[in-house]
Amino acid sequence: MADSNTLTSEQVYANKKESKKEKMIVKTAKRLLKNKLAVFGLIIIIIQVILAVFAPLFATYDPIKQDLTNAELGIGSDGHWLGTDNYGRDVWSRIVFGARISLLVGIGSVGLGLLGGIALGLVSGYFKKLDGIIMRFVDLLFAFPGILLAMLIIAMLGTSLVNVVIAISIWSIPTCARIVRGSVLSIKKQEYILAMKSLGASNFRILVKHVLPNCTAPIIVFATMRMATAILSTAALSFLGLGAQPPTAEWGAMIAAGQDFMFTSPHLTIVPGIAIMLVVFAFNVVGDGLRDALDPNMDLDQ
Amino acid sequence: MLGLIGKRLLQLVFLLFGISFLVFMSMHLAPGDPATIIGGPTATESDLDAIRAELGLNNPILVQYLDYIRGVVQGDLGYSFQNNQSVSESIATRFPQTLNLAIASMVVAVLIGVPAGIISAIKQNSWFDVSSTTIALAGISIPNFWLGAMLILIFSVELQWLPVGGLNAPFWTIEGMKQLILPAITLGTASAAMIARMSRSAMLEVIRADYIRTARAKGVRKNVVVWVHALRNAMIPVITVIGLNFGFLLGGTIITEQVFAINGVGRLMIDAIAARDFPVVQGTVLLVATLFVIVNLLVDIIYAFIDPRISYD
Repeated sequence: MADSNTLTSEQVYANKKESKKEKMIVKTAKRLLKNKLAVFGLIIIIIQVILAVFAPLFATYDPIKQDLTNAELGIGSDGHWLGTDNYGRDVWSRIVFGARISLLVGIGSVGLGLLGGIALGLVSGYFKKLDGIIMRFVDLLFAFPGILLAMLIIAMLGTSLVNVVIAISIWSIPTCARIVRGSVLSIKKQEYILAMKSLGASNFRILVKHVLPNCTAPIIVFATMRMATAILSTAALSFLGLGAQPPTAEWGAMIAAGQDFMFTSPHLTIVPGIAIMLVVFAFNVVGDGLRDALDPNMDLDQ
Repeated sequence: MLGLIGKRLLQLVFLLFGISFLVFMSMHLAPGDPATIIGGPTATESDLDAIRAELGLNNPILVQYLDYIRGVVQGDLGYSFQNNQSVSESIATRFPQTLNLAIASMVVAVLIGVPAGIISAIKQNSWFDVSSTTIALAGISIPNFWLGAMLILIFSVELQWLPVGGLNAPFWTIEGMKQLILPAITLGTASAAMIARMSRSAMLEVIRADYIRTARAKGVRKNVVVWVHALRNAMIPVITVIGLNFGFLLGGTIITEQVFAINGVGRLMIDAIAARDFPVVQGTVLLVATLFVIVNLLVDIIYAFIDPRISYD
């Protein structure tokens, strides 16, 4: 009889499933760590996360506090190792707080975009009747090149950082929906899904518990790559004056402001640009690495 | 083939209606009353009513949309809220600069991207391959507005070789080319990187194909195999990427124009978004999106033409 020491068959099954999942994660991580560029990217992302979370600890000054007596100091100045801008604000502190903004905007817009894209993709892949309508809508969103859709949404909602998040998330929806739909279409024909159906499981249960977990790999890769696009686009929109407004310490807005002082203080333009490039590069290479690591066809060397 | 083109054209018409409806609705659902924007702070209620009546803002929204479409078909995109200029005319005077920039960037992107990708693939894992794939990744990651600023800093401010901005001389003159170089590199870099990545992976796939091995085995020289047999087949997916990138470049001109103070459609759009000048936003967005879908349609057709294996059923 089952006493406290013996496991029921259900628990054994659950444990097995758990360990299989763990194995998968360990395997993916191992493969990812073999990729030197991806490791470099991971390190940069970790640094950004640490800076973002503990921004007040790393920033040496208040990022928006003006100090006109110390304006436009160069790199390596006393007490301001990255110099100061035209209002005497410490560039390093602004970069640190900018890391927080770019990470938050990235996570916010990618998260919202995934939510919308996954929902639309699951529904359109699974329910044939809704597929046509949803995909025509997705096609319509695809008709706007690159950043134009985000701009249209900002034109409608007004210029602010929150609206940038909304705009970029809507712009992420069509691609995500297509990726998820593709996975759903290939999964739903498999026997175990048909079996679940014949056992009387509800559509919602099948979608969330059985179909969705099988689309995780492409979703993870998409989300990582999308972080890069989101951070780059936020900076671009803020550069154009459509996103973060002064005096917010946002990297794109810093470049826009620094451009006026390019002759006297080029570091105001150079430094935030390097920050953006490093972070975007990091998410791109980790995304690339994840795609290879999660690809079952790459199993040959194992 | 003709059936395919006909079907695509029909889809295009529906898509254009969809785009115009979406753009129109998003501008009309936007908060803010156009009448107050036009009338300004001093307008009285009766002034506002007069403006609303003149613009037809009291009509049902669907009627307003149909009126708008009727205008668009005749080339009338309405009038700016800010200065009452015809939107079609403003776009017409600025569009050549934008197109000029987009085409020049495309040329830069193809001239750099395609050879880099092919050489990378032929010499896989060589130092050239490693550095060019890394540079390509950096090229995708670099903010183009920042790249533009850096190019200005180096070539205009420090070396003083090229002008800081502006694009008014025709592109066939020396002055015009000088003005075009930096903006074209700025905008073309990301596309060059994407094209290089695509060319590399397409070429790698083709090189490993059986018929390439057969060609080598029967004694065709390596260069001939690469440049004649492999290249033609590898270029098929690359052409798609190039086509799609043209649309991407049209969107990208918006930012590049801002960096180099080029008076194109993009700057018109940005200024209009900031001023909430809805007819101008509507007109410019509609133009860019329409061009984008038309280019995509052409790519689809060319694709089916060069690769008879493709069928769109």
